[in-house]
Amino acid sequence: MNSTVVFKGLRGLALIAVGLFFLFPILWVVLMSFMTNADILRSPPSPFFAPTLDNYRGLISGNLDSGTGALTTDYMHNLFNSFVLSAASVIISLLLGVPAAYAFARFKFRLGEDMAFTLLSFKFAPPILVLLPLQLYFQDIGLYDTYFGLIWVYQLITMPLILWIVRGYFEDISPDIEAAFRLDGHSWVKSFLKIAVPLAGPGIAAAGLLAFIFAWNNFVFALILGSSSVQPVTVGALAFITASGIQYGVIAAALVLSVLPTLALALYAQKYLVEGLSLGAVKG
Amino acid sequence: MEHVLLAPPRRKVNRQVWLPYLLSLPALLTCIGILVPFVTAVIYSLQRYNLSFPDARAFIWFGNYLDFLTEDAFWNTVRISLLYAVLTVGVQLLLGLGIALLLQRRSKVNNAMSVLLIMPLMVAPAIASLMWKLMTNPNFGVLNYLLTVMGIHDFGWASSPNTALFTVVLVDTWVYTPFIIILLLAGLRALPRQPFEAAELDGVPPTFIFFRITLPMLMPYILTASLFRMLDSIQQFDIIYSMTQGGPGDTLTVFQVQAYLQAFSFSNIGKSAALVMILWAITYALSTVFIKQWLKLRAKARGAA
Repeated sequence: MNSTVVFKGLRGLALIAVGLFFLFPILWVVLMSFMTNADILRSPPSPFFAPTLDNYRGLISGNLDSGTGALTTDYMHNLFNSFVLSAASVIISLLLGVPAAYAFARFKFRLGEDMAFTLLSFKFAPPILVLLPLQLYFQDIGLYDTYFGLIWVYQLITMPLILWIVRGYFEDISPDIEAAFRLDGHSWVKSFLKIAVPLAGPGIAAAGLLAFIFAWNNFVFALILGSSSVQPVTVGALAFITASGIQYGVIAAALVLSVLPTLALALYAQKYLVEGLSLGAVKG
Repeated sequence: MEHVLLAPPRRKVNRQVWLPYLLSLPALLTCIGILVPFVTAVIYSLQRYNLSFPDARAFIWFGNYLDFLTEDAFWNTVRISLLYAVLTVGVQLLLGLGIALLLQRRSKVNNAMSVLLIMPLMVAPAIASLMWKLMTNPNFGVLNYLLTVMGIHDFGWASSPNTALFTVVLVDTWVYTPFIIILLLAGLRALPRQPFEAAELDGVPPTFIFFRITLPMLMPYILTASLFRMLDSIQQFDIIYSMTQGGPGDTLTVFQVQAYLQAFSFSNIGKSAALVMILWAITYALSTVFIKQWLKLRAKARGAA
């Protein structure tokens, strides 16, 4: 008779375990980022300490106190690079990808379907396959270590994503509405901009957000195609952690700053993202 | 709105045959321009090409590939890549399925939980590795402390050859299990109610319901999730490279890490290219199966809505 109570208890315990496993790392690194070195090295580790903002202050000002001497860092520049690369890549992909998605959804044209699939299957090719020759090419034509070169290559991440998600949304809109609008004498450009794009708005927003997050989280493209002047936080953080003399709290703060934008976006727009994240298996 | 009924809507569209090409060409050119390197990579893989010995560069056709057959390092790469892929996908599938079942019923707690569970998936895999590196640091890592409390001392995590694979699989599981949870949760909630209600009325035991009704009906989702993860996992680079750079020794030299080291540490472009070509063949086969499976699932989700 008590089996349901036991069952409920077990369920609760399982939920707590799941929550701990997936959230504890984030929580702990956030706590660490507010600790002094002495607090971090204390054994046993304790979540109770006098929080300090010094780690963040050092990162933002670029002048770190390493305990033995002063150290300068340019981590904020990495953060800036992440914003530039991700935002520019997404904007370009939206400008070029939304019309293409519309074409794929509305017109049955022979080449189109083949091209859409080629694009998709190359999305799954190992990145180093493309990056290895590109690194040599880019050095020859002067695109190595430039925003332009990286943003171009980032299209391989953002474009297929936007193309396929937005295409699904366009396919859900009945073409009759646009046809009616055009019969009233409006051009297709107008019907695309005034009818189709607004109706697919949520889908376009979701695809854009997801593409931004994927671009932000990319690591290997900038590792191979750029130096520290254009590299985003993902690469910057690795250099940061392997550099000697940087205090652990500062590293933790750097990691927190690097994940904050994507976490905030995800929590803010969680409803939008789920459809994309579930590969379109649910409707947003 | 009467116009809709009166006029055939398609005729005007068909007249503009060039329109779809015009609309999609810029997007495709942007990407295809980038894909020229693919051909270059094929050519590299057929050459003896080491940046340190530019004069020795020559076509050796399948020489690089044939060398692999007798090379221990290559077979180590194959073994460790497959092991990594099978372990990560297997563990994440079981864990993801369990958690999805746990969260299946819509309630406040479950909904809040499924929102929070997206967070690890939003952390860049390279950064996730560094977070776990901080937690497993031998001097102050909180996980080391927890293990000591449990009586385990000197657990090496990523720095010991015995536990390095475990550590990266753990990080991969932390990052990517939420993806499987989201997909399977979507699947579970989209299942029709009738078979379950009927089974309950008949007093069918829960294990029977799970294995004979839930699991078979969920199979398309499980298959799609596994294929997608497999595709990603076999080419994992970020997590492993950030964590150990393929080490200690050659413990974690999976395909892309090995290719990266060959190209950028040993300047051996030909060999590196041949290595990624082999990986590409594997992923190409996987991706064609995946895309078919995914389109089926997508059509189903859109049809049901």
